[in-house]
Amino acid sequence: MATLETSRRDFLIGTGTLVVSFTLASSLPQDALAQTAGKTKPVALDQVDSFLAIHRDGTVTAYTGKVDLGTGIRIALPQMVAEELDVPMEKVKLVEGDTALTPDQGPTWGSLSIQIGGVQLRQAAATARKALVEMAVQKLGIPSADLAVKDGVVFVRAEPKRRVAYVELIGDKSFELKVDKDAPLKSPKEHTIVGQSMPRPDVPGKVTGTHTYMQDFRLPGMLHARVIRPPAIGATLEGVDESSIKPIKGARVVRQESFLAVVAESEWAAVKAARALKATWSKWEGLPEQSKLWEHVRATKIAKDDIAVDRGDPKAAIAGAAKKLKATYDFAVHTHGSMGPACAVADVKGGKAEIWSPSQAPHWLRKEVAAVLQVDPNDVHIRYLDGAGCYGRNGHEDATCDAALISKMIGKPVRVQWMREDEHGWDPKGPPTLIEITAGLDPQGNIVGWDSELWVPKADITEWPRTLAATLAGIPQKEAINPGNVHRNLDPSYPFAHQKAVAHRLDSTPFRPSWIRTPGRMQNTYANEVFIDECAAAAGADPVQYRLRYLTDPRGIAVLRAAASMAKWDSRPSPRREQSGSIARGRGIAYVKYENARTYCAGVAEVEVNTQTGAIRCTRFYVAHDCGQIINPDGVRAQIEGQIIQTVSRTLKEELKWSRSRVTSVDWASYPILRFAEVPEVHMELINRPAEPPWGVGEPAACLPPPAISNAVFDAVGIRLRSVPFTPPKLTALKGTAARS
Amino acid sequence: MVTLNVNGKSHQLDVEPDTPLLYVLRDNLELHGPKFGCGLAQCGACTVLVDGKAVRSCTFAVSKVARGKVITLEGLGTPQKPSPVQRAFIDEQAAQCGYCINGMVMQATAFLAARQSSPSESEIRQALQNNLCRCGTHQRIIAAVKRAAALMGKGA
Repeated sequence: MATLETSRRDFLIGTGTLVVSFTLASSLPQDALAQTAGKTKPVALDQVDSFLAIHRDGTVTAYTGKVDLGTGIRIALPQMVAEELDVPMEKVKLVEGDTALTPDQGPTWGSLSIQIGGVQLRQAAATARKALVEMAVQKLGIPSADLAVKDGVVFVRAEPKRRVAYVELIGDKSFELKVDKDAPLKSPKEHTIVGQSMPRPDVPGKVTGTHTYMQDFRLPGMLHARVIRPPAIGATLEGVDESSIKPIKGARVVRQESFLAVVAESEWAAVKAARALKATWSKWEGLPEQSKLWEHVRATKIAKDDIAVDRGDPKAAIAGAAKKLKATYDFAVHTHGSMGPACAVADVKGGKAEIWSPSQAPHWLRKEVAAVLQVDPNDVHIRYLDGAGCYGRNGHEDATCDAALISKMIGKPVRVQWMREDEHGWDPKGPPTLIEITAGLDPQGNIVGWDSELWVPKADITEWPRTLAATLAGIPQKEAINPGNVHRNLDPSYPFAHQKAVAHRLDSTPFRPSWIRTPGRMQNTYANEVFIDECAAAAGADPVQYRLRYLTDPRGIAVLRAAASMAKWDSRPSPRREQSGSIARGRGIAYVKYENARTYCAGVAEVEVNTQTGAIRCTRFYVAHDCGQIINPDGVRAQIEGQIIQTVSRTLKEELKWSRSRVTSVDWASYPILRFAEVPEVHMELINRPAEPPWGVGEPAACLPPPAISNAVFDAVGIRLRSVPFTPPKLTALKGTAARS
Repeated sequence: MVTLNVNGKSHQLDVEPDTPLLYVLRDNLELHGPKFGCGLAQCGACTVLVDGKAVRSCTFAVSKVARGKVITLEGLGTPQKPSPVQRAFIDEQAAQCGYCINGMVMQATAFLAARQSSPSESEIRQALQNNLCRCGTHQRIIAAVKRAAALMGKGA
């Protein structure tokens, strides 16, 4: 069991006395401090006390290793706890992502915060509630069948005045209980909190400037640091002219091998010193030529093949088919594009590290920082603070390791704030993705065989990507590559009799990869859902009806029909006839069952294509969504709106640019994203299934825009876009290929 | 020494005159509403009002403020007493990570203050065209600005 001694004094040293406004100190009731005095706070996943504490004042603290990245789990998780424990919402406080206090529920990724994190918390709450009722049975001498619970009070149903409150039963004592996986959950019919749209507690503070972000956090005696990255990705530092920053008051150079930084008492002095510092670096030109990226990907050594699905004999089925279709799809390298560059604060002294970080994965990061500092992970304590949205592994973890290393080197607390070019230039990237699909159609246009291949980097899925700090400072580390589970959804969401899908796992990839929202599932769904549209067009069939030929899952059929119905789908084959003028309009559909295992969604894009310039505008997007039980409908809506708008941006505009040496998309001018005038109206229908498990919401709908928009453009102008992003030059170059309408 | 009037209070500050206003507000005055987003005046996260006009404080030297009156997000209202624009953003739950929201609120505040009538959706989109959001909160932000116009009693 991973535990860490925490005492009241540690808490105060760690939080209260050192900072003006620190969320943990202000969110943690005094009783929670008293409770942990001199004791070990359990964090093991099988202990109720790891997840919950009921205090003398009637408040409840819930502990989660998941963190709210702007996604709304800060309200949704307390809703699950309050509901299952039968306490009022306002009594529940949530502690997130403190490695000493919270259980390691895995990084906040993969749309799993509710599905796994919330479900674990809920089961702990159900176990606690059952134990409390049993305690009440003893206290009141009444059988449990005759007792009821409301607002943290157990009472005799026939005689409500005979009652005992949770605080009298347990207040500030620990449960000392294992989480009971069979502890009964409330019937969804009894739910009064789960299923309600409740406002997020952090919004008022974010809107008025009182919410503490990572970037706002300071320690006394702390120095401001800026990192200086090489002018070429693989360049090494040959020399530093420290006198070049001499005129800047209090600024000094920090260096270990090619890891270079400046520190100063004032932030502006650190910025100026980083700009003024003269350094010489070796030459390096190891990136592939951007215009030959896909040849490079095809020529990269394959480490191994993963088979996503292999059913029947697709090769023979395709060979004997009346018609054969083949298409190749590519998806550009993307950056996370967080609005705030990464930031972290570290205080490393005597081999122990106190760290504040906006990382999506505090428990994982603890091990990464330990590796950089070459200390035991138990000597690293990470506390989460909100950063700008990260949408995966962006620069937060690297900046945290930077701060830890610099603090260790200078023996003072250090705040590292990356600049814009650091974030755009050096966060790990969503890798280039290439997919090729072949299918055979019978004389009626039915798919008789489906064969697909994917080219993506290999994945050491349990390892974190190499950190910049370790790489540059020459600290030993595993040479891991991890772009996330990018093979998922390669198998199409339709049960064809003969199908095969193979992921070629490449031994290397041009940029250090990581996961960006909906990693792989987005690219694979894009290829699958455009390709099935190509099959529908070849069959002269309506795209929705064509999908319904193959879809057998009733929940899948329900979302597909709901999306089509919302969009007033005009049932006919694509492309659309009767277009006139310079703006052509079209509609396209896409469907996915996320990872072919959970959340179902379907979407319709409406587009306007300027036939002169090739510019595409997505004007409306309709989503039908079934994630099972909905915890907070408004939270689900916010997540879906965000995914659609963000992914319309990725689909139409985003592409990382580089030279042979470095990333050249280093700001918002060289990496444009969607602006207000280009944002579509997003409409949605949520299908709530309260009796089903609650599934993930933060990623699935992001699968929909790339294929739905490509299909809509085909509907409008008869041109197939098979290369993301769909920029005007790409469309214009394909004008000669337009299918006759 | 630089004299700066922020949120109605005058401050004497020992800072280099070329320091961007953003760093002075955040580091010297501990006003964390304005955010560092790009340092290039491209995204809008650092927006403050100087004499009522929306200014990108990340590239605006503190010496340029001179006798101007600076208003930050904190100067508009508080969680207990938000301004109409802030109230509308809370009511619409128009924030995800919230890092861009300072810029959205400040830009919208300057935009609405300068007009008598309620803006159309297309006018709101134009007014916020140079403010970036990565979470995709745009639809709620537009709804919040519309709601704020109504709260402020802007005519049709």
